[in-house]
Amino acid sequence: MPVSLVQGDSLLAVDVGAATTRAVLFDVVEGEYRFLAAGSAPSTAEAPFKDVIEGVRDAITNLQSVIGRNLLDENRSLITPSQPDGSGVDAFVSTLSAGPALKTVIVGLLPDVSLESARRLAETTYARLIDSISLTDHRKPDQQIDTLLRLRPDMVVITGGADGGASRSIHKTLEPVGLAGYLLAPEKRPAVLFAGNQKLDDEVKELLGGVTSALHFSPNVRPSLETEDIEPASRELAQLYLGVRKRQLKGVDVLETWSGGHVLPTAYAEGRMLRFLGQVYGGTKGGILGVDLGASAAVIAAGFKDKTVLGVYPQFGLGENLPALLQFTQLEDILRWSPLDISAGTLRDYLYQKSLYPSSIPATKEDQTIAQAVSRQALYLAMQTIKRDFPRSARAPKAGLLPLFEPILAGGGPLGDAPTPGQSLLLLLDGVQPVGVTTIILDRNNLLPLLGAAAERNSLLPVQVLESGAFQSLGSVVSVIASASYGELVLRARLTYDNGTEARADVKYGSLELLPLPTGQSAKLTLQPQRGADVGFGPGRGGTVSVSGGAMGVVMDGRGRPLALPDDPVRRRELIKKWLWTIGG
Amino acid sequence: MLAPVHHILPLTTIVRERLLPVKGKVNARLNQKVSPTDIVAEATWAREHVLVDVARVLNLTADAADKLIRCKVGDRVSVGTVIATGRGLLPKTVKVPKEGRVTAAGGGQVLLEVGESRMELRAGISGNVVQIIPDRGVVIQTSGALIQGVWGNGRVDTGVMINLAEKPVTVLTAGRLDVSFRGSVIIAAQVRDAETLQAAADLPVRGLILASLYPSLLPMAREMRYPILLTDGFGSMPMNSAAYKLLTTNAKREATLNAEVFDRYSGAQPEVIIPLPVSSEPALPRDVETFAPGQTVRMRRSPMMGMIGSIMNLHPGLTMLPGGLRAVCAEIKFENGEQALVPLVNLEVVG
Repeated sequence: MPVSLVQGDSLLAVDVGAATTRAVLFDVVEGEYRFLAAGSAPSTAEAPFKDVIEGVRDAITNLQSVIGRNLLDENRSLITPSQPDGSGVDAFVSTLSAGPALKTVIVGLLPDVSLESARRLAETTYARLIDSISLTDHRKPDQQIDTLLRLRPDMVVITGGADGGASRSIHKTLEPVGLAGYLLAPEKRPAVLFAGNQKLDDEVKELLGGVTSALHFSPNVRPSLETEDIEPASRELAQLYLGVRKRQLKGVDVLETWSGGHVLPTAYAEGRMLRFLGQVYGGTKGGILGVDLGASAAVIAAGFKDKTVLGVYPQFGLGENLPALLQFTQLEDILRWSPLDISAGTLRDYLYQKSLYPSSIPATKEDQTIAQAVSRQALYLAMQTIKRDFPRSARAPKAGLLPLFEPILAGGGPLGDAPTPGQSLLLLLDGVQPVGVTTIILDRNNLLPLLGAAAERNSLLPVQVLESGAFQSLGSVVSVIASASYGELVLRARLTYDNGTEARADVKYGSLELLPLPTGQSAKLTLQPQRGADVGFGPGRGGTVSVSGGAMGVVMDGRGRPLALPDDPVRRRELIKKWLWTIGG
Repeated sequence: MLAPVHHILPLTTIVRERLLPVKGKVNARLNQKVSPTDIVAEATWAREHVLVDVARVLNLTADAADKLIRCKVGDRVSVGTVIATGRGLLPKTVKVPKEGRVTAAGGGQVLLEVGESRMELRAGISGNVVQIIPDRGVVIQTSGALIQGVWGNGRVDTGVMINLAEKPVTVLTAGRLDVSFRGSVIIAAQVRDAETLQAAADLPVRGLILASLYPSLLPMAREMRYPILLTDGFGSMPMNSAAYKLLTTNAKREATLNAEVFDRYSGAQPEVIIPLPVSSEPALPRDVETFAPGQTVRMRRSPMMGMIGSIMNLHPGLTMLPGGLRAVCAEIKFENGEQALVPLVNLEVVG
């Protein structure tokens, strides 16, 4: 039951990340919900603490020192509901991403159909795919059993069969899972989600019920060959994930008690907010995009009018998985983003050393440069990965590019904690490479997933906080698609302010141009592409759009899409320095 | 703020669990004195499984096939044993393809365990067994010096430590490894080539204690059958002074090198244990501290990564770092005399 706004209930939301735990307080100010303050502390899922609640208490203690009011009692337990002396809170919610990615096996009938749906479903949570089983698998069933015994998955996601369709084939794929579960010690059995032909639920229960650590059922992800619906299954998968975490990590049960069961995986909660925002704002221009770069994973959520795509990529997380990034990219591809001359060996050492201490932060300029280069490449790879799952209706202006997104919300350590708004913006433009005209909003306090979790208890709170200015607008960006030589004019822009004054910019290929437009102000932006360039209206077509201001005003990105950096390292580094200087880095 | 602790201790009480990954038999007794190579527990499990699809071979339904299956769970069966016979004048038979034990029978199928893998769990350290964990393993207690590392290749062994690190930056080369070092645990700072790792294997040595190793050599290091432990990290880092001093002053003593793979969730960490005689039980190491002035700390990240220093004072509020970030910091005086403001999240207490 949603809590009434009239009651003016305060809500404490805590995100337990792999490296950092954040506590955020929302309360009613002048009749509306506001974000009041945040406190953070290192997460304590790992040894020697091995109890997430310690980090939660530390984060709340830090929050207490900011707000000057007690939320924990002398035993460090949560005071709830709020007391007449101002201590305590009325409600508590939590999100969780701490812990190693769940070792996951996906099972389906055909690789291009149900197995692909299983993959997409598994990628909506913190999962690492370690094997797949399908009808085209060349291994014998006993070999599949031995593989499962050796890999010991935390989770198995099973799909297959349209509702009322195939059953014998599914039985065949279930057998190795059931027999491996039977052979494993009870505490080592995987949790299983069955998201296939619903007619088989009873049979699956009979076959797997006694040989899994938890057996979940969800509506079929492919009720028919042509239809895929991941969302209901991803909700069940979120519950499965929390169940596994509860067994793995001490303290998650305390979070559940404090929140009355309102704990969600961070990525799921973020996807939920994007889904909501996509329905409200998406559609006319394309979609809405959320990116969150964290230690545990890169999380990308794209909300379109008819579909939300959520991708959770532990392989692109910036914490303990960092060395594995080299399975997806070359050192040179990371170094291309660096304005400093850094050797491949230095970068390689950095990736390995950082993986030992995920919560450490860059203290020197060189370290910061490396960290940002790694973040850019991780974000770039995550965007390239999720692109394949965008709906066909989300058409890009040019093959290989992104569809139009308005706005783009960005959060996570490297983006939210960048030293200047310009550095945050440039990191995002390089990693995401948006097209057309879009507004960039920075979620400095990582509120988005917490609002997604809060929505379960109070549907008004997220709406009012979103409208309250708790997020920082970095400004409006015009990203030009053009084929030109460096220095050639690709766009003429005119910004007409509300008071009638104008500012103009000629944008040359390979450059960034800024026009001032403070936060809270809006203006009309008239765009005249040159040489057949495309700014979202079609090749060579111009137009006038309303834009809103932000920390960086209106930014015109004339560097082309896809962004092609010069091959010559000296020239490339000089150019990156110039871009950083232009954008105030 | 809570501080992680990195143990480099000249004398402490060390308590370690030694557990089988699967259920097995515990050989050690309570209060038994054990040496590192003693087998304290052992377990066996099937090497592979064979699934015999009786229903498919006999072309019957699963229920019909079940009625014809003659073996039951637990039966030992040899190659060629008939486990089901079909019906008719010329009935088909289903025979066991490999010798094994029946682990499941039903649904028209028979699942066999074939072959045996055996695991012997060694004590890893010398000490007293202070607890038996039924079917899983033991808890062993000892006293001595403890030096934790940051990376290990998963091997364990014991031997006399030989110091080949004249300085904390000394690079060990294959040429320095002569036959007199056979069976020893070698202390060095760095290895920069595959030849040296191979030369150590060829001797063989009982272990390598290094400050750092190039990431490109990690795959080979993982393959080596002797333990390799890194005290500081990756690349060409020197050995931190606390570890260097403690290791080199204990050279020629016997040490256990447990190069356990670092697991941040379980707390498993590679370590060197040097057993020392004691008259009374020294204190157990503390796993968590709160940052405070006077503490000895080690840098986890640049600048001066790996260097030891002491906290002069803790700065209130957030401090801007040269890289542009703001963080809670402490002023550190390093052993080379330099001072710097360092984010607390980049520090660990040494003790």
